[in-house]
Amino acid sequence: MTSMAPATRAASPGAGWRRRHQLLGVAYAIPTIAFLAVFFLTPLVLVARMSLSSWPLLIGYKGLNFPKNFVAIWNNQLFGPAVVFTLEYTVLVTILLIGLGLGMALLVQEAGRWVGALRTIFLLPVAVGLASASLLFWGFYSPSIGPISPILEAVGVIHQPISFLQSSTSSLLSTTFLIVWKFAGLYMLILLVGLQGIPNDVYEASALDGASRGQTFRYITLPLLRPSLALALILCVTGSLLAFDQFYILTKGGPDNTTVTVVQLIYREAFQRQNLGTAAATSVIVLLALLVLNAVQFGLLRDPERS
Amino acid sequence: MPDFMKAGVLTDPTADLKANPNFASVAKAYVDITPDEQKWEVCMRLSNRTIGFAMGAAVAALMTLPMVAGAADQTSGVDNGAHITMWSRAATQARADALVQAYNASHKNHVDVTYIPTDDYQTKVGAAAAASSLPDLFSADVVFMPNWTSAGLFQDLTARIAALPFAANIAQGAIAASTWEGKKYGLPFVVDLSVWMYNKKLFKEAGLDPAKAPNSLTEFAADARAVAKLGGDIHGTFFGGDCGGCGVFTWFPIAWADGETVMNPEGAESHLNSAENKAIYAIFRGMVDDGTALMPDSKTETGPTWTGYFPKGKIGIMPMPASLQGMANAALADEDIGVAPIAGVKGGTSTFIGGDAIGISRDSKVADAAWNFLAWVESDDAQINVVAKGGNVLSRPDLANNKYSATDARLVLFNSVAKNGQTPFAKNFGATFNDPQGPWLVLLRDAVFGDASKVDADNKAMDSSLNP
Repeated sequence: MTSMAPATRAASPGAGWRRRHQLLGVAYAIPTIAFLAVFFLTPLVLVARMSLSSWPLLIGYKGLNFPKNFVAIWNNQLFGPAVVFTLEYTVLVTILLIGLGLGMALLVQEAGRWVGALRTIFLLPVAVGLASASLLFWGFYSPSIGPISPILEAVGVIHQPISFLQSSTSSLLSTTFLIVWKFAGLYMLILLVGLQGIPNDVYEASALDGASRGQTFRYITLPLLRPSLALALILCVTGSLLAFDQFYILTKGGPDNTTVTVVQLIYREAFQRQNLGTAAATSVIVLLALLVLNAVQFGLLRDPERS
Repeated sequence: MPDFMKAGVLTDPTADLKANPNFASVAKAYVDITPDEQKWEVCMRLSNRTIGFAMGAAVAALMTLPMVAGAADQTSGVDNGAHITMWSRAATQARADALVQAYNASHKNHVDVTYIPTDDYQTKVGAAAAASSLPDLFSADVVFMPNWTSAGLFQDLTARIAALPFAANIAQGAIAASTWEGKKYGLPFVVDLSVWMYNKKLFKEAGLDPAKAPNSLTEFAADARAVAKLGGDIHGTFFGGDCGGCGVFTWFPIAWADGETVMNPEGAESHLNSAENKAIYAIFRGMVDDGTALMPDSKTETGPTWTGYFPKGKIGIMPMPASLQGMANAALADEDIGVAPIAGVKGGTSTFIGGDAIGISRDSKVADAAWNFLAWVESDDAQINVVAKGGNVLSRPDLANNKYSATDARLVLFNSVAKNGQTPFAKNFGATFNDPQGPWLVLLRDAVFGDASKVDADNKAMDSSLNP
């Protein structure tokens, strides 16, 4: 009881401090909230509204028309093949990028004579913008101005010019090559950070227990690399599902519409056919698909011990 | 994107064929306008909508100011050192740039021009229009003008055009394409026609008479086969087989020359499965099958480099844009460039009358200065000392006989083929013919490379695309 009096007296400055503290907290959060509101929430709401509306590019909002935009997607003959192709491409690229990234990370994780140079070489293409890189490879692959075929012919490796973008398979492989060249270094970096975060004494312990190299990799490296692998996988799958620049520049969706990705369809609806409504509706569908997929990935990759 | 004239690129041989001098700038422009930026512009525009409404009155007031001032000098606008921003497509860059440079050198006003990759032009303008950030001046492939004039992207130039002393002498095609509901929004900027070009040196080597150009598509194919017999890296012909705009620009005139059609006049019904058009596809298919046409390049060319092939001196005969600017080089002497009008399967001549129209954007606040540039472009000075001097088609047919054209019979031919030419009209042109995922490219590729029996079914898809 005696302590109540001083406590009450102390409470009023304390409450003021707490209120000020809370205000300060809100003030700190305001920039982030503002950024989120302007750059994330507003566009999201707008896209949602667009997807329910008739919205020609050059004219603007012309009233609600739900569910016309979604029906139009359903009736678009390019949509199904585009989804299938995007998934194919994602699987191919993800396997190659994560596999190669891991291999490269293992190669350069130890300090050594050439390791610094190797790391730099692997990482250099990451610094090139994707559109620039695509344009560069478009030049390389071009039968008209590309240097690769003439050089190989001069050396005698081939006798007929290679046509990099003639068939759907060669277009897919040529584009995949560009993406692997461009991004393998990035995944190497992510996995390298994970590798170096694994404490050395775990390896020493396994060595003392007589584990073979394969066993060490299978039972020590991979499990402890799980968080980095999860990050790499989510980045890679999401990025590949949203593929656009490389196909837009290299193949334009050809030959014969065999390399059209979902985002290319969105772009085509918006700017080629000038229909922001169907473009937004497609975006909403892609967004929902990505949400589900990322949730599944997070679930599968969650560390069982932590959860 | 559509430029339906991917042809465009062809217009600027130096850019594409050599791929060097302008490659860097084209590449830069490409990178500059990633779709992200366009999405961004749209997002900004949308989030600014409400503010835009609030400021509507103020903006409207601002925009009328120069118009009122302009009334003082309807004829030539003002030349007071204004900075004028302008967009044009890469396809016609060489010719547009000649005009802009000459104007900047002789006037106080300064035109800052940005060349946009041809395939991205329509989308770039669409995004800028949505964001109210159009440049003062922008040109447009004439087939796209109805889309943009109907959306109100340009200022009305009717009174200004009427006040020009030579108004009646300006080629009316581009003006007609730029007219919407009786108001004129644009003038011809670059006139682009399609012709056949053949390599006289290769004709001679193949035992053909270099003075005798083919008078029909049948003769075209025979000449191409003769040249192809030379073998090695010499080929009879080449075409952009994965490029809808190329087909429009170079094959439509073949049907027109025979007196046939590609669509009905309203642009609502496709005739591209007619007997005439099937005969045209069959002739090209034949040249693909027997190796007369350069393969696989003809099958994979999506547009950016299609005009680059002829100047390399290895192709016997192929359609090209009617321009000699930048064409001759170490591999192809000027005197070896033969030109002929595009002919039908049986005979006749025609051409695709294309090119760019230009207008003042609704967002421009320096309309009088921008008009000064437009009035000058149509003047005798610019037409003769820049356009004719560069070996190009004039937008003032009354000046066709001038000191430059007199020296080169090919220039006279360029200026004369237009009389039998046509410009196709369709409201939904770009999405039907220029879209790389559009139905025309499907039909073209089935007819020439794939299953030709699908052409009738493909043509149904054309009809539904023309009537969305």
